[in-house]
Amino acid sequence: MADTTLLTLVWAALLAFAVFMYVVMDGFDLGIGILFPVFGVGKERDTAMNSIAPVWDGNETWLVLGGGGLLAAFPLAYAVIMSALYAPLVAMLLALVFRGVAFEFRWRDPGHRAFWDYAFTGGSFVAAFMQGIMLGALLQGVQVEGRAYAGGWWDWLTPFSLLTGAGVVAGYSLLGACWLNWKTEGETQAHARRLMRILAPLTLAAILAVSLATPFLGNQYFERWFSMPRVLFTAQVPLVIAILTWRFIRSLRRNYELAPFVLTLAVFGLSYVGLGISMFPYLVPNSITLQMAAAPPSSQAFMLVGAALLIPVILAYTAWSYWVFRGKVAHEGYH
Amino acid sequence: MFHDADALLLARLQFGFTVSFHFIFPAFSIGLASYLAVLEGLWLKTGKAHYLDLYKYWLKIFAVVFAMGVVSGIVMSYQFGTNWAVFSDRAGPVIGPLMAYEVLTAFFLEAGFLGVMLFGMKKVGRNLHFFATLMVAIGTFISAFWILSVNSWMQTPTGHELNADGQFVPAAGWLPIIFNPSFPYRLVHTVIAAYLTTSLVVGAAGAWHLLRDAKQEHARTMFSMAMWMAALVAPVQVFVGDLHGLNTLEHQPAKVMAMEGHFQSHAEGAPLVLFGIPDDETQTMAHSIEVPRLSSLILKHDLDAPLAGLDTIAPENRPPVEVVFWSFRVMVGLGFLMLALGAWSLLARARGKLYDWNSLKRFAVLMGPAGFIAVIAGWITTEVGRQPFTVYGLMRTAESASPLAAPAVGASLVAFVVVYFAVFGMGSWYLLKLMSRAPQPQEPEPDNTPAHAAGITPAPALATGAAGRETPHG
Repeated sequence: MADTTLLTLVWAALLAFAVFMYVVMDGFDLGIGILFPVFGVGKERDTAMNSIAPVWDGNETWLVLGGGGLLAAFPLAYAVIMSALYAPLVAMLLALVFRGVAFEFRWRDPGHRAFWDYAFTGGSFVAAFMQGIMLGALLQGVQVEGRAYAGGWWDWLTPFSLLTGAGVVAGYSLLGACWLNWKTEGETQAHARRLMRILAPLTLAAILAVSLATPFLGNQYFERWFSMPRVLFTAQVPLVIAILTWRFIRSLRRNYELAPFVLTLAVFGLSYVGLGISMFPYLVPNSITLQMAAAPPSSQAFMLVGAALLIPVILAYTAWSYWVFRGKVAHEGYH
Repeated sequence: MFHDADALLLARLQFGFTVSFHFIFPAFSIGLASYLAVLEGLWLKTGKAHYLDLYKYWLKIFAVVFAMGVVSGIVMSYQFGTNWAVFSDRAGPVIGPLMAYEVLTAFFLEAGFLGVMLFGMKKVGRNLHFFATLMVAIGTFISAFWILSVNSWMQTPTGHELNADGQFVPAAGWLPIIFNPSFPYRLVHTVIAAYLTTSLVVGAAGAWHLLRDAKQEHARTMFSMAMWMAALVAPVQVFVGDLHGLNTLEHQPAKVMAMEGHFQSHAEGAPLVLFGIPDDETQTMAHSIEVPRLSSLILKHDLDAPLAGLDTIAPENRPPVEVVFWSFRVMVGLGFLMLALGAWSLLARARGKLYDWNSLKRFAVLMGPAGFIAVIAGWITTEVGRQPFTVYGLMRTAESASPLAAPAVGASLVAFVVVYFAVFGMGSWYLLKLMSRAPQPQEPEPDNTPAHAAGITPAPALATGAAGRETPHG
């Protein structure tokens, strides 16, 4: 098996970045969708919705980049993973349909607003849950023969994937609550803070449970975490998470507005690093490495030119768009 | 419920269904984004609030169309892998980078500026807002550029070679792949189709309101602009369509044979089959109405030119004539009706009666959905006409599919059909509702324009709710 080339490593890093950007940016707006039913009908829901209406579309584009980028840079992995995760993937896509249109439809049809609010919540919940399930299903490994997926279409459903699903739902909800704590004030903000106190321990418990279960899934995860000298490095990950958790509790006590959101993202980031430690250099555990799945250098190089030029520009105008809609959000549109 | 042998057919049905449904929205939003840019540009240039009213009116409609386009588009970016895994693996190194460029250059641009376009009028000032509108409009066009390049490469593959794993990989640079032989024609034909589709919808909305009140100023402007567009662009489209057809004849002759319904070869001047009942089983055309030699004249510009038929193509490589023959006629028939609408409007305009002839307005209302139907019919023609290949002549559809059990594909197909009809059906209903209301002076902004509690929004406006909302400032 050939070593991983630099170009392939760069693409792995870029894709990892795209998927993490997706989690950072769409996580909180899916979370707000999940929490929607506990918000008061009217003012509170409108505020929550308004806080994400101008940005959700751009946030979801990172998911398209993740999918499109995987096809382009690692076509074999794209083909195998998408077939293996067929059912949860289709469920996620349909769920995203419901929640995406709800942004517009709930305003267009006040008579059925309650229905579209349910669609928004249901869609957000299912999308988040399925993303978590897919993460778990990939981690636990999929059956591959030759260049194709060889398992059944229910293989993804295991207690472990249900656990990762629940973990992502809890984590996104926490991000959503933290976002509202930052972007709103008054009663809505107080409500968000109460939710954070419930969701933070749930998220942490899920991260802990997934972390404890992962090394025992096989796939050499145990060795990647606990063999010497790797353990000297990997042990820092849980340590830093513990420090971040302490800072989070402190920021909650002191009623900081932005800090809890940033700290939660940092915890997500570290969990993501942990995931990388478990998986590398495989894209599909034990069967397909980055290098095996890699598109030819001519394809990867062609795209790298575009990515290197365009991703900074994309980040710049995305930041500008967030800047335009900065500050606290109120419930009144200009009706 | 489903048998394994059906998995391929179900996968094809699913892709055809989701992509057809999806394309309805970009077909509208590509044209509408440009129309919005024109309206806002006119407003900035003339300072007439009239254009701003129209802008805000169509902006609300654009928001709904765009949302449906986005969510149905995300589905497409994953359909390749879920249902066409072998195709993704083998063609990924060629088509993947083009689609990645679509995301990087188009999707982010559209999505990044859409928020400002929809909700940012009062926050960023007129010129910057106009810039946002332009970026969204340009984004829709760039998106069309890349995805049509991908589709065209699948129709007329060039610039690739096969590697040891059986993958298509670039042979010598990307330009021969991107600018493959059918791409320029397909791009122009499709973008013009989007403009026509939009102008027919705008024209129908204008005509609808003029039928109720011929003096309605906003409806007059809409109707007049749309009829100009139809009158000028429909003839161009017929011309471009002809060029596209000749290009197809050169590179995919079997597709043109199916479009023409030519089962048999004609040694001396092939007839144009106007109508008939094609039968793939027996490879015959029943009850046909033909114009002698006209097909040779159209395709070869020579009445006596010989024209090969499907009898020269191996049976396993023939596309299904029963579908392509009809979808092509639907598209062309609607195209000529569009031409007629444009010509009629020119006549009315020349007589100074553009807003007075009720029969013209009724025809325009009837033609409202014609663009969508023609666009879908055109896509069915070109996609079914490419069969039985995914990469024309090189990779068969039958060897492209994912190794999935038929029940999985069948169940997801049912789910897509139910959800799409329910959700996009409701969405279309909301669009009709929005269009059924005439644009007003002081047209309000989208209902959900987020207000900000502190900082930017003038406090008095918040305190009094609606006060000051209509004055455009920037």
